[in-house]
Amino acid sequence: MSDNQIQSSSTTATQLLTEAEMISRVIAGERELFYDLIKPCERAVFLTAFSVLKSEADAEEVVQEASLKAYKALSSFRGEAKFSTWLVKITLNEARMRLRRSRADSEVSLEDFVDDGDSDYTPAVLTDWREIPSEALDRKELRVLLQRGLHELPEKYREVLILRDVRELNIEETAQLLGISIGMVKTRLFRARLMMQKIVAPQLRVQGKRYTRG
Amino acid sequence: MVLDCKHVWREISNYIDGDLDPSVRASVEEHLAHCRHCAAILDSTHNILYLIADERTFTLPVGFSERLHARLESELEKSEPAS
Repeated sequence: MSDNQIQSSSTTATQLLTEAEMISRVIAGERELFYDLIKPCERAVFLTAFSVLKSEADAEEVVQEASLKAYKALSSFRGEAKFSTWLVKITLNEARMRLRRSRADSEVSLEDFVDDGDSDYTPAVLTDWREIPSEALDRKELRVLLQRGLHELPEKYREVLILRDVRELNIEETAQLLGISIGMVKTRLFRARLMMQKIVAPQLRVQGKRYTRG
Repeated sequence: MVLDCKHVWREISNYIDGDLDPSVRASVEEHLAHCRHCAAILDSTHNILYLIADERTFTLPVGFSERLHARLESELEKSEPAS
């Protein structure tokens, strides 16, 4: 199946449609095909919303709202980017708006004062590292530790780290989605990665023996 | 070019992405070969990025797809995409 073909579960069992065909048919009234269009993007849009909001429940609501917005605006989708890119962009805007609303009446976040200046970022200094294999992710405590580490990052660094290192977008795609320069992505990414190392590595190291024993 | 530890830390992210000039890369590797602290920082950072990229680390909440489908189903009946 090529990149721009989607397997429809709603029509004939194994029918393959291009993205453009599906969109035309949704606009023409085959509403149920919209689910098939959304389905492959679910993880990407959820992670995007989560990277801004840090709350699974809020991220889920934002994905629902963004999906509805996308449906209503489907005829304005020009196909210059992939549908998933368009939907992720709508989701990112929705998530940021929700965050701004939630902050508006409460407090100004300290994150707003984290600048992109030239201050140094110091990692956790270690004498050695025992590699933790991916099989250790079967343990919930390891997954929670990594998730908490990400939660502790300021928003602008968390966004970049999730897009680049969790969703594995490239630098250009990350820059385009966030509306910042490639140089800014690299700067934020360097800081985000070192902050993550500083938060998580000492805790991982303490528990490392358990993980590597399996 | 001889790099100190702080300089190497600044280059670790680009080093991981393979985004360094060959001469800087060679200097970083020269430093890493002799500095166990920076080697451990690189290894731990690399390891953490490898773990967070794994789909098991960040999964969709249980029932996410079903709830999204249900919400769309109830709302889409009320609205059609503008054509």
